[in-house]
Amino acid sequence: MSMPASRDREIVSPAQAAADRDAYLLQLLQQVSRNSFASSVLPKLGETATALVHEQTLPSTRDEEWRFTDLSALLQTPFRALSSQPSAVSWDDLAAVTLPETKTSRLVFVNGVYAPELSAVSDLPDGVLVGGLVEVYADPALQPKITPYLAQQSGSNEVFTALNTAGFQDAAVVWVKPNQTLEHPIHILFVSVADDHPVIAQPRCLVIAEANSGLTLVEDYWGLDESDHLTNGVTEIWLEENAQVNHSRIQRQGRAAFHIGKTAVSQARDSRYTCNAITLGAKLSRHNLDVFQSGEQTDTRLYGLSAIAHTQLADTHSVMSLTKPHGSFEQLHKCIVDDRAHTVFNGKVFVPQEAQLTHASQLNRNLMLSGKARVDTKPQLEIVADNVKCAHGATVSQLEADEVFYLQSRGISQTQAQRLLIYGFAMEIIEKIPISSLQETLTEKITEWTN
Amino acid sequence: MINENGDVILSVSDLHAEVDGTEILKGVNLQVKAGEIHAVMGLNGSGKSTLSKILAGHPEYQVTHGEVIFQGQPLLELEAHERSLAGIFLAFQYPLEIPGVSNLDFLRVAYNAHRKAKGLDEIDVFDFDDLVAEKLDVVKMDASFLERSVNEGFSGGEKKRNEILQMALLEPQLAILDETDSGLDIDALKTVAQGVNLLATADNAIVLITHYQRLLNYITPDYVHVMADGQIIKTGPQELAQELEDRGYDWILADAKVEAAVS
Repeated sequence: MSMPASRDREIVSPAQAAADRDAYLLQLLQQVSRNSFASSVLPKLGETATALVHEQTLPSTRDEEWRFTDLSALLQTPFRALSSQPSAVSWDDLAAVTLPETKTSRLVFVNGVYAPELSAVSDLPDGVLVGGLVEVYADPALQPKITPYLAQQSGSNEVFTALNTAGFQDAAVVWVKPNQTLEHPIHILFVSVADDHPVIAQPRCLVIAEANSGLTLVEDYWGLDESDHLTNGVTEIWLEENAQVNHSRIQRQGRAAFHIGKTAVSQARDSRYTCNAITLGAKLSRHNLDVFQSGEQTDTRLYGLSAIAHTQLADTHSVMSLTKPHGSFEQLHKCIVDDRAHTVFNGKVFVPQEAQLTHASQLNRNLMLSGKARVDTKPQLEIVADNVKCAHGATVSQLEADEVFYLQSRGISQTQAQRLLIYGFAMEIIEKIPISSLQETLTEKITEWTN
Repeated sequence: MINENGDVILSVSDLHAEVDGTEILKGVNLQVKAGEIHAVMGLNGSGKSTLSKILAGHPEYQVTHGEVIFQGQPLLELEAHERSLAGIFLAFQYPLEIPGVSNLDFLRVAYNAHRKAKGLDEIDVFDFDDLVAEKLDVVKMDASFLERSVNEGFSGGEKKRNEILQMALLEPQLAILDETDSGLDIDALKTVAQGVNLLATADNAIVLITHYQRLLNYITPDYVHVMADGQIIKTGPQELAQELEDRGYDWILADAKVEAAVS
């Protein structure tokens, strides 16, 4: 039966729309609260987060932070929490996304719930803690160590983050002790799988790198199928003094997925954090990346690549807070946008009075492959300190005819030249990922994509 | 080397061309035979670079009249990459930077495109490394250049040497060097010139487009052509270059005007 055409164009009053968003958000809250870790284990945390969700509403395009990313499509689908644990995922299913470098350092979560049978964390050095939070928290000795970190990052009031805190079922925990450097990267794979109804999953990650420690982390979102799915993830990363974390965040969910993710990073003095965020999947995705430098001589590098097509939307909002002298910050966010796809970039950088001798640069480069693609970009540098070196910028362009001609003049056909240029544009980010198999997989994806 | 009986590699007849509706070439005639080195000199805006871009097939330029025959085949109907595969090479005045694509990958893709056009299999990665290593000597480049993105962060001299490296690899029948000497210090100029001399054979031909006579101290042309207002107005032996250096262009332009008036 087809709906009367007029229904589609029915005008909803702003008040009604706001009420609809409220109702939808509360419905999500109700769904995720059923198996909430916080409610059952840390009731106070759960109550605070629940109250925060109640105080807010689902953002609309009238909110400055969501101007270009319209969530109204989300309201069309009643996402529900998982009814029962699906056993559908097997080792074989994961073959395409596992990394040989992380054979003994892999955590797998299915719809946000730890899957020990698919994980492999046997061969880690002494003292390193890698596992599911439910398991870890069962050890009373570890409880007082977890609570000062869990859900304590700034930005945790934001509605989706609060929703996650109110309702996440389990979390990946990675805890590296002082002076410990992990030889192998750690791969945290969040798999989304279909149920008999559209599923909301709330992956969560807590990473603590103690003083002088070092680790390489891959946070990976992948859909086993093309089902309707809502992922609302939160990752908190703590770097203590002089710690180093190289973090690759790969979002390769299915084309029917909604993906909302928060990365909150807090850096103590002399620490070094690098994020390589690759966005390829989901029909609508939003990545909120908040980094807070709390000490002197802290180094932050944010690299991002969104490569999307069809009617996909990929939104990256980053907030960089430099607060102390001698901080350094480099950001390069690149977007390749084809067909009717739409990318959004908003990068705020705060350099307050105290952050003297800061060295900061921010660049957003966009490559538009179609006349119907859309790019919204807003680099935003707010500098109060007077003795700093800061630069920012954004470019939006098509493939340069002169570059294509240069390659053609060497015997490379026009089509091949265009592919090579798109490939090069993407590789500038992909080659920053310090794990060769992941680099290769993503390179293949980009090559496929350019074909 | 002037070779009266050599094969004609390039024959340009009454070539007219425009960009965005402005006529830039107004009847160029030029014949280049195997083994020859031609220098094309002239003031800015005389059409030298336009001629080189048209020969290489830049899509922005429209040929409105005339003909170009390259090794017996009409050239103008070929696309840019087909001209390269047919044996034309343009060393760019401003080589482009291609971030994210390593020089080595770029050279291999280009080299393999040429192999494929000749009906040969693609070259093995290791064999290619050996081949490139050999060619690097021609321009005295360090192997570390190969790992870097194409021309990205290269100095002016490094970019020009990279152009000659590509020429060494692709072994064109006709190489057009568009102001390859501009912006180079004397050491870099010598390196580039030595590379070009090494690559000049009895079977290929070179067209040097230049502002400065200085380059011609190191690469000896068989002919010097002077371009002005979209035409070649004078052709002479190598000594003509020195004369231009000493006397400037005014006398030639005046002579040309007189000749035009008389005819």
